[in-house]
Amino acid sequence: MTATLTTVRPVPGSPPARPRTRRRRPVGVGAVLAWVVVGLVVLATVFPFYWMIRTALTPAADLITDAGRLFPSDPTLINFRRVLGLATLEETVAAGGSGASIDFVRYTLNSLFYAGSVAVVQTFSCAAAAYAFARLHFPGRDLLFGVFLAGLMIPPIFTLLPNFALVRELDLVGTMAGLVAPALLMNPFTIFFLRQFFLSLPRQVEEAAMLDGVGSLGRFWRITLPMSRGPVATMVLITFVAMWKDYLWPLVAGNSDETRLLSVGLGVFQQQSPNTSPDWTGLMAGSALSVVPVLLILLLLGKQLVQSLNFSAGK
Amino acid sequence: MSTRIGADEVVGTDEDPAVEAARRPGRLRRQEKWAALALLLPATLGFLVFYIYPALRGAWFSLTDYDLLSDPEFTGMDNVRTLVADPQVWQSLRITAVFSLASIAVTMVLALGLAALMQRLRLGPGTRALLLLPWLVPNVAIALIWSWLLDANVGFLKNLLEQIGIPGFTFYNAEAALTILVLISTWAGLGYTALLLYAGMLQVPHDLYEAAALDGATEAGMFWRITIPLIRPVLALVVVVSLIGSFQVFDLVQVGYGNNPIPEVRVIYYYIYQQAFNFYRMGYASTIALLLLLILATLTFVQLRLMRANRSDLA
Repeated sequence: MTATLTTVRPVPGSPPARPRTRRRRPVGVGAVLAWVVVGLVVLATVFPFYWMIRTALTPAADLITDAGRLFPSDPTLINFRRVLGLATLEETVAAGGSGASIDFVRYTLNSLFYAGSVAVVQTFSCAAAAYAFARLHFPGRDLLFGVFLAGLMIPPIFTLLPNFALVRELDLVGTMAGLVAPALLMNPFTIFFLRQFFLSLPRQVEEAAMLDGVGSLGRFWRITLPMSRGPVATMVLITFVAMWKDYLWPLVAGNSDETRLLSVGLGVFQQQSPNTSPDWTGLMAGSALSVVPVLLILLLLGKQLVQSLNFSAGK
Repeated sequence: MSTRIGADEVVGTDEDPAVEAARRPGRLRRQEKWAALALLLPATLGFLVFYIYPALRGAWFSLTDYDLLSDPEFTGMDNVRTLVADPQVWQSLRITAVFSLASIAVTMVLALGLAALMQRLRLGPGTRALLLLPWLVPNVAIALIWSWLLDANVGFLKNLLEQIGIPGFTFYNAEAALTILVLISTWAGLGYTALLLYAGMLQVPHDLYEAAALDGATEAGMFWRITIPLIRPVLALVVVVSLIGSFQVFDLVQVGYGNNPIPEVRVIYYYIYQQAFNFYRMGYASTIALLLLLILATLTFVQLRLMRANRSDLA
């Protein structure tokens, strides 16, 4: 009785109900349209990267004649070679370059070291603190946690200026130590996120271990941490990406060859290119090189990354 | 004593922590305090040295004249007076606010649509990972790629737009510049935002849709009446995280427009950077950063209120 009534009743404020067969899975026109939209979004996402690679493979002399072509009429690797500093000066100048090059291998290693060390150390340091906040009893716990959370409200630029002054006073500007120091041990969001997760874990396993005489540190390291592999990996990955993209701090604190990151190196390379007629083929070759490590991460860890994001938003 | 600072509370326990603690022998509790100290030490160290100390120091800098070379010189409210009378500060804040609101509005609308499509079409993790690509790439490369696509002479996208009747969409065109910045940031953040919202949508119980379908609800009706209300907490979180993030836009401008950006894109982070690192006015830069802190703290506060109001949606 109710069923027959509800099937004919249109939802208030929305168009009258369509036949039932259209509903569960979109088929026909709707589905085709949806797939077309998704296809366009994917195309819009990927095309700028394709165009970057296409330009990088184009000789500078062909830029105007090839402006509308999807494939270079005369593909070349010269732009990659000169950006990497593998071409002679004559070749470089002939190809429209300024002679500037990117120390690609070194900057990539710097970026990997910066992002990797901060991601791992910071996550573990924050996991330890998060465990103390979630499971241990000590005076002033809630107050301290509140103060840590307040750190979330500080815009990075406000602490960046004094941090630069501090690193400079310690004579650490342009060293890896000065570069990683501010982010190495602490990130309020990571503590907040992992504490929430630890609180959601069942206590029984830990209580059993406690009866067996396992101390707090042992329970953190041998029980809680292994049970939290997913969220810990999530934070490592998200922190890695954030540090990989970091720009302002590495720009001011890491502006020496030993510590220059790939992002900063690319910016410097651009500034060496003449403003009036930018060296587009070289700039795109440099950009393409800076995207390669990211592409590798995406190919190797893409699914893990997507799951991590699902996880971080779902919690 | 139970923690009430964090959002959700202990899930896995059915025992009052205070009772449990009281049952434990004193030796164990002393051990726990030492363990807490050890676990908290690294993060607290990082917090004190690179959050608290610079925050206090930044507040002090904001009341001084400081050029990094000689000691800061106390000047009282001079910087505040300069700031109030400095049209560029307010202009930069206005530009930043317009940029933030526009890019969040556009990104959220598109990302919601995209996330809904992901949900309905059950998009595989491979495609979703592909949509993440721009999020992984440093903004330096993104700025370079787009300044090339919109190059006034041979930009591919600029030519394309011209052919369909939209002339003047070039990177350095003062009138289009802010719009272009919004579009680039939307392009860069769309996939990431959509994935976060999609993760929120996965939490919505499936039977709600089935029940609604039985009641004759349309796709659109279900989206507005079920999906949107139930993902409101994720939605609020994403909106404010994006808001705070987009107030910090810097790399796109600094790389895209070089050392002397056109006035239309001089965002607040760029202005602070310029004062501190080009003119060595560390004191004044700190004053502007303090103003930014107050603005963002207010926005964060509003966000927390919003999130609390939305908590019970999926209870």
